[in-house]
Parts: sequence; structure tokens; C-alpha cells
Amino acid sequence: MSAPTPARSVAVPAISPRLLAVALLAVGLLLMLAYLVAFDQGAVSQSGMYLHELMHDGRHLLGVPCH
Amino acid sequence: MRTFGSVLVRGLLVGLFAGLLAGTFAYVMGEPHIDSAIAIEEAAGAAHTHDAGGQAVPAEAEEEPLVSRTGQRAGLFLATSLYGVSLGGIFAVGFALFRRRLRTGSDSYAALGVAAAGFVGIVLVPFVKYPPNPPAVGDPETITKRTVTYLLTVVIGLLAVWAGVAASRWAQRFGPAQWIRLGVGAAAFLATVVVAYLILPSINEVPGSFPATLLWQFRLASLGTQSVLWLLLGLGFAAVIDRRTPVSQSEVVAA
Repeated sequence: MSAPTPARSVAVPAISPRLLAVALLAVGLLLMLAYLVAFDQGAVSQSGMYLHELMHDGRHLLGVPCH
Repeated sequence: MRTFGSVLVRGLLVGLFAGLLAGTFAYVMGEPHIDSAIAIEEAAGAAHTHDAGGQAVPAEAEEEPLVSRTGQRAGLFLATSLYGVSLGGIFAVGFALFRRRLRTGSDSYAALGVAAAGFVGIVLVPFVKYPPNPPAVGDPETITKRTVTYLLTVVIGLLAVWAGVAASRWAQRFGPAQWIRLGVGAAAFLATVVVAYLILPSINEVPGSFPATLLWQFRLASLGTQSVLWLLLGLGFAAVIDRRTPVSQSEVVAA
């Protein structure tokens, strides 16, 4: 049995300014998605309380404060 | 080496997978407690309308809910899936940005390390200070305060993890023994968390009449849901990012 050889290079590209910009944009969009699930009260999503009520149980069980 | 887009898509897919399974866990382990809590809430609501001095206002109690309980049970999966996708994507971006600063040659260890850091910072640190509450617990008028303090604990949790890692690296100057690094790192993490806990306001809105067992079971189910999510995020991301993951013959042929 041979010892596992550590990977010499890593699986992701080096960081460039362009990549950093794309990464930050992605994080921004993903945080908006998380906001929609965890904190929206209808004012931002313009859905009334529909989305809020629909994802009510998930919000409670994901540990986010709710009403 | 993978492109950034490929890493991101893998993170999103792993997040979807982790969110769906966390939703399944929540459905089995958490929904019964939510139903019990809602029953208590409705019983209390009915009692309140009786107290309103003869002039009963039944409209509130009998109003058709916006989403039925069945809808909310299905919505549970939507919520955990979308939350998982979001976390999975952020996880992938974090991995891509910080991978080269992690001192391990193994992408699997790196992924598990990022997941552990995220779980401690985003789940455990907020959980201990502001444990989640079932329906029927919580004053609607303090929701803004509770949301802000909750988000603060998330930020502080991540800062505390960072402080622990930075301190343990700094402590390498005191010698190669690993207990020194681990001890200094743990001390820096705990110090940050304890100071934050002392400064942040205490919030306890659990009514004295709320069953303690139900509260405990709900909180355990909530912690379990988030543990499943983060465990699968870490394992799943390690599986899709590590190029040493065994691939079946058919996949090799297809590729």
C-alpha cells in the first residue's frame, strides 16, 4: 500500500482582478437569494407575504429569527 | 486545474443536493415539532380573542392563511434547497479565493476545513447566543432587533474563526509543537466569541408556559438540519473538487 501523494497544485485558478470581480458579483447575487429565503417580508421581493409564508418552516428550522 | 466557473457550478449543485437532503431531515425530524408549536399558537390565539371583552374578533382566527400548512411543508424543501444553493455557491467562491492560503496539499482537506469553519462561524456561534425558536415563540415587534443581532453573530462567528486561524499561525514562532498552535488558536477564537456574547443583548422571548421539551426538540432538529447541510456541503464539495476522486469507467469514456 503506497502512501497517498499530496496534490502539488490546487484545483482552482490563481486570483486575478477580473476573477475577483466575478467572484464578488456571484457572492452578491447569492446573498440576495439567501436574503429571499431567510429575511424577506415581501417589501423587497414585491410578493407580499407569499414567499415569506411559503418558506416559513424552512426559515424556522434553518435557525433564522422569524416573527 | 478547473476554471472558476466550473468550481462555482459544482458548488451550486452540491448546495442543491445538500439543501434537498437537509430539507428531508427537517421534514422528518422538525415538522412534527413545528406542528405542535403551531397548535399551541392557535390555542393561545383563541384564548386571546375570548379575553377581548365579549366583543369577539373572529376574523383574525378564521382568516384563510396565505399558504396552507401543506404548502408550507412543501415550501420547506424550496427554502432549504435555495438556501443550500446560495451557501454552496458562496462556499465555492470562498474556496476559490482562499484555497491557496490554506496550508494543505489536499483539496479534500481544504474543502472540509472551509465547511468546518463555515459551520462553526455561521451555525454554532449564532446558535449558542440566539438559539432558534419554533412558531409561537417570539414577539413580532422585536423582529428587527432579533434579525440584526442574529446577523451580527454570523459576522462575529466568521471573524472569530478567522481570529483563531490567524492566531494559531502567529503562534508558530513559539515552536513547532502543535499543542501551542492549537491552544493559542482556540484561545483567540473563544476570547472573540465570549467578548461578543457579553456585549450583545440577551433575548429570551420564550413564554413561561411553552413546553420545555418541545423547545429543546425543535432546537435540536434545527441544529441537526443545519449540521446535515454543512456536512454534506463539505463532503460533497470535497468529492467534486478533488481530482483524485475515483471516477467510474463510463464517465471516463464519456469525457
